[in-house]
Amino acid sequence: MDITGRKLFVKALQEEGVDTIFGYPGGTVTDLFDELYKQDCIEVVLPRHEQGLIHEAEGYAKSTGKVGVCLVTSGPGATNIMTGLADAHYDSIPLVCFTGQVPLSLIGNDAFQEVDIVGMTRSITKYGVTVRRREDLGRIIKMAFHIAATGKPGPVLIDIPKDIQTATGPAEYPSNVQIRGYKPNESVHVGQLKKAYKLLRSAKKPLILAGGGINISKANDQLLQFAEKMQIPVVTTIMGKGAIPTTHPLYVGNSGMHGKYAANIAVSKCDVLFSIGTRFNDRITGDLNEFAPKAKIVHIDVDTASISRNVAVDVPVVSDARLALEKLLEWAETLDTEKWQEQIAEWNKTNPLEMRRDHGMTPQMILEHINKTFADAIYVTDVGQHQMWATQYLELDAWHQMITSGGLGTMGFGLPAAIGAKIGNPDREVVCITGDGGLQMNIQEMATAVVQGAPVIICLFNNYYLGMVRQMQQLFYGKRYAATCLRRRKTCPANCKGPNEACPPYTPDFIALAESYGAHGIRVEREEDIQAALDQARTYKDAPTIIEFMIATEEIVLPMVKGGNPMSEMILK
Amino acid sequence: MKNRWIALYVENQVGVLAKVSGLFSGKSYNLQSLTVGTTEDETVSRMTICVTSDDVTFEQIKKQLNRMVEVIKVIDLTSVPIHMKEILFAKVLHISAAEKQEVYQIAQVFHVEVADIGNDSVLLECKLTERRNNELITLLKSKFRTIEVVRGGAVAIESISTSCR
Ligand SMILES: Cc1ncc(C[n+]2csc(CCOP(=O)(O)OP(=O)(O)O)c2C)c(N)n1
Ligand SMILES: [Mg+2]
Repeated sequence: MDITGRKLFVKALQEEGVDTIFGYPGGTVTDLFDELYKQDCIEVVLPRHEQGLIHEAEGYAKSTGKVGVCLVTSGPGATNIMTGLADAHYDSIPLVCFTGQVPLSLIGNDAFQEVDIVGMTRSITKYGVTVRRREDLGRIIKMAFHIAATGKPGPVLIDIPKDIQTATGPAEYPSNVQIRGYKPNESVHVGQLKKAYKLLRSAKKPLILAGGGINISKANDQLLQFAEKMQIPVVTTIMGKGAIPTTHPLYVGNSGMHGKYAANIAVSKCDVLFSIGTRFNDRITGDLNEFAPKAKIVHIDVDTASISRNVAVDVPVVSDARLALEKLLEWAETLDTEKWQEQIAEWNKTNPLEMRRDHGMTPQMILEHINKTFADAIYVTDVGQHQMWATQYLELDAWHQMITSGGLGTMGFGLPAAIGAKIGNPDREVVCITGDGGLQMNIQEMATAVVQGAPVIICLFNNYYLGMVRQMQQLFYGKRYAATCLRRRKTCPANCKGPNEACPPYTPDFIALAESYGAHGIRVEREEDIQAALDQARTYKDAPTIIEFMIATEEIVLPMVKGGNPMSEMILK
Repeated sequence: MKNRWIALYVENQVGVLAKVSGLFSGKSYNLQSLTVGTTEDETVSRMTICVTSDDVTFEQIKKQLNRMVEVIKVIDLTSVPIHMKEILFAKVLHISAAEKQEVYQIAQVFHVEVADIGNDSVLLECKLTERRNNELITLLKSKFRTIEVVRGGAVAIESISTSCR
């Protein structure tokens, strides 16, 4: 018996095992919401803005390993998710996003709330399509879930015209699909991997560079065993942080623009760089001519297009990280790397990652308390200085996960992604580390957190500035703080060089703001009060808490490599 | 930097051409020509693409194309024997009787057809390699004041392998 498109839509979601979708209604999706209303297997989360919605789905997907599902209306609903699509595309987060569309007969007429969302998002989705025939609907949804979750994961967009939702057609939802143009790599080329292994075995100063691919393919155990067995030090990218426990003796630290001194120097001195699941983004490599100049480079990645794109690679291996590591473990022998490890430890001793402790409450202090406090938390960050500090100082292991917007660097990501993570993991503590700029970019999601009963702990590092940008102005633009002071008003002097007694008050008052949402607010101005605030926030199970940490306003993130410079040229003080 | 050729099998669906051409503009690849038409299987289109690039970029282009869901197969035609032709029409305008004779001669030498003729104009229909077409245009431009050209972009197919002949 034939059924309507809207019925098949819900049936498809159920068969895909979807338990939560993030949805915001509107004219072209009312039928789908009406159908969702009639069932109770799938929970619909209503955010307060579609950008918040899609970041929530990302946080949910990253923290649960499931596909995040979004449903938004045509036109503005669809355009509002574009930032999130790009973010998910860059950070390989599996999403299936449904957008409503005007009826087929109106497409092309500049109809009310019509936009060519598939066209607009072509370069920021893994796949996108408008459903043009009711009989294709089931196959397309099946395809979407398959494409989003396999290979290098990513966002898929399905645009469903309103009349397809009400038209009747086949009731079947296919149990599998064949896509002739989509064959994600599911095996390892053993010959190539062997070559890589032989190169590694011959190294005197081997170094593993672990990217986000390790965390995505859940190859953490295998990597740890491999590094331990072979005694090879590990550096990570930001997305790869947590690939092995950060407290492990073989773990050196993050490499890259704000990486640890020892990690960047190790990269520039190693003789074999064994990299897994990274795309050698410019924030990792700096000046390409000076990147790992002494090293032969192995690159293992699922995505062929990531290999030999940014850096020339000596041994490319196309493979899922876990598959490759499982194979490598069969061969692993212990190397004598004692001297090399000592050398790295020495670099670490000369330039440890450390902030001064003599001028008030620093981000490092807050993060150390956070490390002590949470036994198995999911950390979610926004974008800016606080993010860099978090990626430097948070300790991660198998019980801690960190979610951050790495590739796109999307301010406004943190709060909603944390809410999504909490919705997906109601029994775990979720801690959002955010800045005063970024928090305001999706502040409306406070309401979502409250109504969803998602008591995330929001650690707001308030420095009164768009700190990351101000840091560049401070260092390279003669302290000309153009458009980075969030206290600045018309009454301020044109050439203000930094905070002083005459500064206007900050707006908003984040504590009052939290309370107005029915959430909790705690302001912390001294180091002595950090722990008590964290402890108190943990007792609130009903609603989120904003802990506003008043950190030093002109603190900078160090070490730092200026964009385009060699990674060995770090600003340390 | 040199010219390279790709044959691309893609799903014959709305938006695929935009997606493929968008890749070239979005990533600043240097696209020389792109033609598209359906194949013996009408659900599949075949594109012939010419790009100017260095080796590294060309490898990257092939990989990027390959990972598109709508792309079924990428064939690198750069170093295999192929047959390649491009349709070109050239109108030579405002010419004298003597000049017409000259156009006929050129047509003969280039093996192109005279498709139409007017009081003071000639229309040439050419089915040559792209390079030969370029040469023809250069020649016509150097000899006559007004010409009007429309080109179809090259289509290419692999030669029948010698073992099958
Ligand atoms: C949507 C968006 N707009 C602009 C930027 C550029 N940007 C990067 S960090 C930053 C400042 C962030 O300020 P804040 O949230 O207060 O964090 P802080 O750096 O002060 O810790 C800006 C403007 C961005 N990454 N994302
Ligand atoms: Mg700030």
